[in-house]
Amino acid sequence: MKNLKNTLALAVLIITTKGFAQQTPAAAQKEPITIEGAVAHLGNGEVIENSLIMFEDGKIFFVGDAKTRIARKGTIINASGKHLYPGFIATCASLGLIEVDAVRASNDKDEIGELIPHVRSLIAYNAESKVVESMRPNGVLLGQISPKGGTISGTSSIMQFDAWNWEDAVVKADDGIHLSWPKSFKQGPSSVGQERRHKPNEDYSKEKNKIVSFLKNASAYGKSPSPEINPAFSATQGLFNGTQKLYVYADGEKEIIDAITNTKNLGVKEVVLVGGYHAYKITDFLKLHKIPVLIRAPHNLPVFEDDDYDLPYKLPKLLSDAGILVAMQNINAKNFQNRNLPFYAGQLVQQGLSQEKALQLITQNPAKILGIDKEYGTLEVGKSATLFISEGDALDMRTNQLNKAYIDGRDISLETHQTELWKRYMEKYNGK
Amino acid sequence: MRIRFFVLVTFLCGVSLSAQDYFPKNDGVKAENNNYTAFINAKIFITPTKILDKGTLLIKKGKVVLAGKTVTVPKNSVIIDLQGKFIYPSFIDIYSDFGVNKPNKAPSGGRSAQYEPSREGFYWNDHIMPENNAISKFKYDNKKAKELREAGFGTVNTHIQDGIARGSGALVTLNDTGNDSDRILADKSAQYFSLTKSVAKRQAYPSSLMGTLALLRQMYFDADWYAHGNIATKDLSLEALNANKGLVQIFEAKDKDNVLRADKIGDKFNINYTILAGGNEFENVAGIEATNATLIVPINFPDPYDVSDPYLAEYISLEDMRFWNQAPTNPKVLEENNITFGLTLHDQKSTSSFRNNLLKAIDHGLSKTKALEALTTVPAQILGKSNLIGSLQNGSQANFLISSGDIFDKETVLYENWVQGQQHIINNKELKDIRGNYNLAAGNKTYQLSITGELDKPKAELKEGVQKLTSKINYEDNWVTLSFNNKEGNMVFRLTGMTTSNSDNISGKVLLPDGSESTFNATRTTAFIGKEKDGVNEKPIVVPITFPNIGYGYSDQPKQESILFKNATVWTSEEAGILEHTDVLVKNGKIAKIGKDLKGGGATIVDCKGKHLTAGIIDEHTHIAALAINESGQNSSAEVKMEDVVNPEHIGIYRDLAGGVTSAQLLHGSANPIGGQSAILKLKWGASADGMIYDNSPKFIKFALGENVKQSNWNSYSRFPQTRMGVEQTFINYFQRAKEYDIKKKSGQPFRFDEEMETLAEIINGERFISCHSYVQSEINMLMKVAEKFNFKVNTFTHILEGYKVADKMVEHGVGASTFSDWWAYKYEVNDAIPYNAAIMQSQGITVAINSDDAEMSRRLNQEAAKTVKYGGMTELEAWKMVTINPAKLLHIDDRVGSIKEGKDADIVLWSNNPLSVYAKAEKTMIDGAVYFDLEKDKQQREAIKKEKALLINLMLKEKDKGSPTQEPKKKNQEQLHCDSL
Repeated sequence: MKNLKNTLALAVLIITTKGFAQQTPAAAQKEPITIEGAVAHLGNGEVIENSLIMFEDGKIFFVGDAKTRIARKGTIINASGKHLYPGFIATCASLGLIEVDAVRASNDKDEIGELIPHVRSLIAYNAESKVVESMRPNGVLLGQISPKGGTISGTSSIMQFDAWNWEDAVVKADDGIHLSWPKSFKQGPSSVGQERRHKPNEDYSKEKNKIVSFLKNASAYGKSPSPEINPAFSATQGLFNGTQKLYVYADGEKEIIDAITNTKNLGVKEVVLVGGYHAYKITDFLKLHKIPVLIRAPHNLPVFEDDDYDLPYKLPKLLSDAGILVAMQNINAKNFQNRNLPFYAGQLVQQGLSQEKALQLITQNPAKILGIDKEYGTLEVGKSATLFISEGDALDMRTNQLNKAYIDGRDISLETHQTELWKRYMEKYNGK
Repeated sequence: MRIRFFVLVTFLCGVSLSAQDYFPKNDGVKAENNNYTAFINAKIFITPTKILDKGTLLIKKGKVVLAGKTVTVPKNSVIIDLQGKFIYPSFIDIYSDFGVNKPNKAPSGGRSAQYEPSREGFYWNDHIMPENNAISKFKYDNKKAKELREAGFGTVNTHIQDGIARGSGALVTLNDTGNDSDRILADKSAQYFSLTKSVAKRQAYPSSLMGTLALLRQMYFDADWYAHGNIATKDLSLEALNANKGLVQIFEAKDKDNVLRADKIGDKFNINYTILAGGNEFENVAGIEATNATLIVPINFPDPYDVSDPYLAEYISLEDMRFWNQAPTNPKVLEENNITFGLTLHDQKSTSSFRNNLLKAIDHGLSKTKALEALTTVPAQILGKSNLIGSLQNGSQANFLISSGDIFDKETVLYENWVQGQQHIINNKELKDIRGNYNLAAGNKTYQLSITGELDKPKAELKEGVQKLTSKINYEDNWVTLSFNNKEGNMVFRLTGMTTSNSDNISGKVLLPDGSESTFNATRTTAFIGKEKDGVNEKPIVVPITFPNIGYGYSDQPKQESILFKNATVWTSEEAGILEHTDVLVKNGKIAKIGKDLKGGGATIVDCKGKHLTAGIIDEHTHIAALAINESGQNSSAEVKMEDVVNPEHIGIYRDLAGGVTSAQLLHGSANPIGGQSAILKLKWGASADGMIYDNSPKFIKFALGENVKQSNWNSYSRFPQTRMGVEQTFINYFQRAKEYDIKKKSGQPFRFDEEMETLAEIINGERFISCHSYVQSEINMLMKVAEKFNFKVNTFTHILEGYKVADKMVEHGVGASTFSDWWAYKYEVNDAIPYNAAIMQSQGITVAINSDDAEMSRRLNQEAAKTVKYGGMTELEAWKMVTINPAKLLHIDDRVGSIKEGKDADIVLWSNNPLSVYAKAEKTMIDGAVYFDLEKDKQQREAIKKEKALLINLMLKEKDKGSPTQEPKKKNQEQLHCDSL
């Protein structure tokens, strides 16, 4: 109940809001901040048991042991007994593109069309989404926001989760293109008296060739500038010069091999595998081609009846153990569940991965894969002060209790529509 | 010319037979054939067990006169010598749609479902059609009849295979030469039922299996009520149902569990159904035997999967592979267990595949006698027509087969199928075997001719010296034609000749390339030696079944053990709290003792140092292990029972056990304001559905509020209610009617038994508890007020995401809450759903549980409970109760489960760590003192699955190599069901 009292005390300071707008974004960092005494999980596999971290103007300028004899700057926060983490990073999320699943009017994640790389999540991102703000109290502070559906769904951008509008929010615009590789198995049509069966996809080659042909054309288009702009081809050029990554969604062995071989052959510089249910069976292949993987989050059911009951729990670990650069996505779950990202990592610890390794899957590794690791993902000097303090182990539900969080050094609110309702009704009952 | 003669005889007989003697005749003069036909020297199966070695069968006018060893053949007999040949009664297909077209599919009705019936003067549900009679739609189908006769069938029992109550069938012979007046043996041979709706009707109810079962029960109640003159209006359906009562009642189940479901309805209404089985009865033969039902069994064995592409082969489940391997043993297993059964062509890919499958069944251990019985005497008995068909007793229809040998041998040729004394030739029994090696002399040259292949489709190989010549042979009606090229390949020789019965040589004329004619003579040097049978009687490899018969099934059901858990951290979920270094003794399925340094007295000791022991998790709201979730055909479905549709073979059960879950309430979905009755289960993996349902289970029913019952999130605009205002009125109306029903019932007046009203009356009387799907505060408050108006209490609000807003009112009403830990944002009504909900409600004194409504969350409910520590600061002690004793209290099973307390059921989980921690793993999960999940055992199972799959894949590859047809790989559908699964 200690925590409850703390937050209730805090609530007194906060003016009751109307409950429909997001928390006011924090202002830029004005003075340096020193956090002392926390167990710092750096996100790169290292831990400092009794740490000293200092940041100014949104950048970390000191990371070390609290015993270091160095002048503390600015506001000093005593965090002894607490834990310090870099902000967690969600990938392939629809946050800010959809608010309420069942309300069509609130859905901006899936445009019509099969090959539409020119469609961009960036400008549809709702910085004031209540779902987005609900990420923060769990430590999820950044995310790649990607369109969904179709074959090439569109272009994603990477956003931070405390902003007035999408321009404020963007960390990296148009970072990658998202391609769903065809499936070699498909649900067949239903007919009376017959079970609807999943069977080999007769159109697999045809569907594959469509993609290959599109990428060939896009690549040719880029070689000679044309006065007539082809929006789709034009939006794809970054793939061939390495400024954009191609996120390929595939799960089966055959699909993965096909997808990677074909896209690489067509001159796509940076390919990231998304999904990868059977990736653990072909880790040598993935290593050979240096393919990082955004693996399905462990809180999913096994796909096949005969699979190990804990296969989803251990999939990320299997890839990590094999030496593949791997981070987590939760495209198979609900949008709001991105806030459970820390617990996905916790699940890997249950499976035998070390805490710090598991943490890397939601910090350093996604930063590397998304190409924002110069700024984000770890607590290192020179990087963005995007971090948070938790009362305890942030990977465990019981102890993931944030009391401070910063994005680019800005002291962000940890209140949400949900915490406000909680306080409102506790007040009602306590006032009885 | 003998053959031609026979055809003529047949023709004449046919004419005479169909000329009914009281019918005027204007196209000639009346003439009757009163001759006998005598079949002599044959091996005759009068019945499958009454066999004559060299007997005589005497028939006249379509009937058997006599079959015996010493039969005096009257002088006016046509004698047919069947030396070395066999005679059997023709087969009967008791489950056929011969000559009856399936009704056309009703066109889709657009956006809104049809809730009302489309007929007048019939039962209120369009899928109940006992008034249908197959004979009124019957049209003899020559083409199909030929196919059936070629497969050995002489009689079929046909009906309109459409709807739930399907009306009466007709028993007809496959006699091409007669007309329907000859063929119809019975125009109302049986009354038929099924579990499938009519394709021709669009009425929405029943939309589910449980609804179908409820409808059948209500139909019988109503028929009785009607029979007693209590319904003033006309109901032609119920009249027909009652009129058909005396007939054989045949129920289409088509699955081992549906056999049990059909039998249960039969038991309730004193009907002994003959049941169409599904072919998977071997998986639960004890259960099937206990029904005492006679079965009709299809033998449409699956083809092996084409596993040549290893990537695609990976998609096939062990369950599907096994079914391919084990299905052919089904008839054998039924025989071994003394279950009476007939065989049917039903669902056979083609009529011609029947024989192959029959031989396969025999290869897999079905005895030939049983096989023959299942095709002759048993179906005759079922239909009560043993005096007419199924045997060759005196007076029977002369329906019989003539074959070259034992009908169940692969090499045997079926020659003739006589139906009602009418000969139908399938293979020419007079055809001489010309296969062998010959010296062929033609046109001054000698060739070596070798004839092989099948008797009626021989192949020829011709050599001149050592050189092979291109040749072609044709053989029909004992005439041989052979053409071949000369050495150079530029000239063709043509030969034609006839075999003779007294010589093995063939001679005739040859047409030389230059157009001149000459003669040829082929002298047989050696007779044909059949190919050595490859792998004669190689016993098929059949993998053993498990319980359930899918991956991770157990070869034996887990048994109760005496186990002493030593030195554990015990989370009691009782006042005792969490006990360190404590022992728990399990004996006879119960928690025998809790304490320090307990003596096991022979119990297996489990060292629990550093580990945690808890009561099994209870999921108040699950949809795993169900074949259906919603009966969405009506806005109230109080009559339907989830207990009717428990699927004990769902892998979700095993996965839940691996997450420490031992009990769950299987709830109806949320499609209707008034849903269906719950099934409360112990997740005893390997037990039958009934074996999982709690003994003396508390009675529950699902209610629902909000967007789902208003049908807000899908296109449906015709069903009341469409608003929350309408939801209240629906409840009030149903409860008022139930109250009036109950008063009438208790008054002693005659009343129409109504399962729906019975259920609702139980709620009003406090005998059945409501678990109500709910979201927003207005509707939560409303249902409590409705309940108060009718003087009962709502037991549980499930989901209850805005419960925190009306926690005070809930306390006042005395209702419990079962909620999600952190779900929201999936629809409009969960806008204000907050993860602090559980903590707030708990703080106000409500009994709160955390549930899943989802197969994924269900298997880690311990983590979901832990979220209440994060959201709202619950203590670990209270958080843990939310998935153990609290749901037990809500389900009224807290006297048996939900905590570690002496005397309670030993439903226990051993965890590797603090059970609320994300790092904790369930190591052992026990129900009633038997271990249903064990991490070590699980490892072995994984290995076993791999091995067995490899074996089965090898067997399938072999089958493919042998030329067997294959089916393409398939992935088992693993649809995950939720509240709103329709």
